[in-house]
Amino acid sequence: MNTCTCAPELKEKEKQDGLKELKDFIKTGKQLHDKQGALMNVLHKVQEIFGYIPREAMDVVSEELCVPTAHIYGMATFYNFFSLKPKAKYQIYVCKGTACYVAGGARLLERIEDELKIKLGDVTPDGLFGLAITRCLGCCGLSPVVQVNDEVFVRLVPEKIPGILDKFRKMEKKTK
Amino acid sequence: MEKKIIYIRDTDSAQKERINDYFTLFSNELRDANLLEQVQLVKVADIGLYEKGVAVKIIPENIVYSGIKTTDVKEIVEETIRGGKIIKDLLCGKKSKQLRAVLKNCGYIDPESLEDYIAAGGYKALVKVLTEMKPEAVVEELKKSGLRGRGGAGYPTWMKWNFARGMNSPEKYVICNGDEGDPGAYMDRSVLEGDPHSVLEGMIIAGYTIGSTKGYFYIRAEYPLAVERVQKAIDQATSAGLLGNNILGSNFNFELEIRLGAGAFVCGEETSLIASIEGKRGTPHPRPPYPSVKGLWGKPTIINNVETLANIPLLIAGGGTKFASVGTEKSKGTKVFALTGKVKNSGLVEVPMGITLREIVYDIGGGIINNRDIKAIQTGGPSGGVIPQEFLDTPVDYENLGKLGSIMGSGGMIAIDDTDCLVDLAKFYLEFCVDESCGKCAPCRLGGYQLLQILKKISGGNGELEDLNRLKKISYAMQKASLCGLGQSASNPVFSTIRYFEEEYKRHIVDKKCPAGKCKALISFKVISEKCKKCGLCMKNCPANAITGSREAGYIVDSQKCIKCGVCFDVCKFKAVMKE
Repeated sequence: MNTCTCAPELKEKEKQDGLKELKDFIKTGKQLHDKQGALMNVLHKVQEIFGYIPREAMDVVSEELCVPTAHIYGMATFYNFFSLKPKAKYQIYVCKGTACYVAGGARLLERIEDELKIKLGDVTPDGLFGLAITRCLGCCGLSPVVQVNDEVFVRLVPEKIPGILDKFRKMEKKTK
Repeated sequence: MEKKIIYIRDTDSAQKERINDYFTLFSNELRDANLLEQVQLVKVADIGLYEKGVAVKIIPENIVYSGIKTTDVKEIVEETIRGGKIIKDLLCGKKSKQLRAVLKNCGYIDPESLEDYIAAGGYKALVKVLTEMKPEAVVEELKKSGLRGRGGAGYPTWMKWNFARGMNSPEKYVICNGDEGDPGAYMDRSVLEGDPHSVLEGMIIAGYTIGSTKGYFYIRAEYPLAVERVQKAIDQATSAGLLGNNILGSNFNFELEIRLGAGAFVCGEETSLIASIEGKRGTPHPRPPYPSVKGLWGKPTIINNVETLANIPLLIAGGGTKFASVGTEKSKGTKVFALTGKVKNSGLVEVPMGITLREIVYDIGGGIINNRDIKAIQTGGPSGGVIPQEFLDTPVDYENLGKLGSIMGSGGMIAIDDTDCLVDLAKFYLEFCVDESCGKCAPCRLGGYQLLQILKKISGGNGELEDLNRLKKISYAMQKASLCGLGQSASNPVFSTIRYFEEEYKRHIVDKKCPAGKCKALISFKVISEKCKKCGLCMKNCPANAITGSREAGYIVDSQKCIKCGVCFDVCKFKAVMKE
């Protein structure tokens, strides 16, 4: 039985196109001091292209920059911004900064977990929503806040959560 | 007549329409008075005022009128704009205790326009430095100003620069630390988004002073707008000849590049930040050697916080002595704080050093929500500590906050009232530090974890009195033995809460009660039958079906089923649900 809660893996063609784009990016990019100096920028690019850091991309980066894959794996797991799992279509970030915490951010998280029936760090089985926390979005004056992809919802109360989720579900239906 | 600007700002953001009405009114009046040529009317987001109603600020006289009505517009135009007289009745009552220096341009100028920045006096300092000052003179000016790093530790900026300047190396680097990871702090973001050129100017001056030709902006990837605007600013400055080769006709060359962070709090620490730029995991190195001796790629490097760099142009343009006229004996200038938590008006405030905490919370912040009592103020984020309300009259500077067991930090300031539990708060910060610890050194990696386990034990109702000693011992070991600032200061929240609120810990341990009603294991909910109006709202909303009863008999909470979510407490309109 498949118990994995990740979003569906990328299709083969998408992956090949992405890897080609990545190679071009590395070849045309400016070198910074030494080859390894470009690593952060390149990993950001990988994350941007694929939405996560697939193993195949690690190998490409390793060959192009002459850095061991083990080191790249180390980087990808060290920094919160990089992910080894595919992300959901709508990634929900609940702010757990201090201001949001004092204003009741934890209760928003509980409510979202209840509504989506997933735990922190997981993705819904349909790949639509993923749930993660973030340490401060810099909107402390408007706490508590939740960010869904690029959209930030401010001064939230748990009662507003179902409405927000519905909004994205409707948006998804429309695009289909 | 001198050219004037009227800034108009509606402080009630719910009424966006109103500001447009006033804008039209003002422009009509100005047209009738034939003053359109001399007066510029500008809508702004913020003029640092929190009073209700429409407010205008008239430049250059710096007159602020608040709570103006439509009928006042004519009078303002006639009396103040034409006649130059001040209308006392409209004058904003309190003189603002804020002093905007670093934030003076934020909200006033278009951050994407180089012309705006120059019109506001920008790049004057750079011209002054390049045409009439030697690097030694810049250091001397910094020394006179007494400027100290705004990132947290408060190290004198001139010393850092002087070390790097004295190093004999063909390659040197300037880094702007924009990895603002402190939860609850967002002043660097505002400066980068609202006035990016001021930071650029500070960096170019830094480059000239230490003899560097290359600078890096290290910005959090979580701040995409800041990244976009800084990139735009770099492009504009490059095409205007303010960056690149032979800047402003001098023989000084300097270029800037952005490097993105990737969500690691420890990268705010300077040696970790360097590792991150070099394409490594962001783990710190032991110091010395300090980065000013051996930094990025082994070359002398200075790393300054965004706010520190934004102070540089002001300081050079106005002179170090003038800069030093504001502040206390050892802490000069202004500091931006992110005032949040249980205050009525949360937001960024910029105040002169030496102002008291009470003035910040009550005069600027408007006091505590629902007029409750303040319990403490937390400053400095996860590396800082709490300051109880009896010390509210302490003047804010690096030394005083240090004496109280807290730190200035990057400037987060969180007001806490009696509904917040300090054991829970300490636990919250520890969770953060454990999560963000890079794992390189044992005191931080193991100590933080143990502290957190003990705190969890206490808030779970299983604490023993000996735990307090254990907390103190581990905290002390972490402070002394950790490799970098994160580990050394991770125990500060624990230390300072025990120092001032030991009673609250003991209540958790001995009485098994949480006075603030935050620690779930130690609270229970009860319906007070005398106050209960039997509306049934609590039963309807209970997610665990733990409330039973009927409209006739009243309701009771089954403590076995109760998951302590607090929904019943929140929905009851008659305060008939008790939390204890």
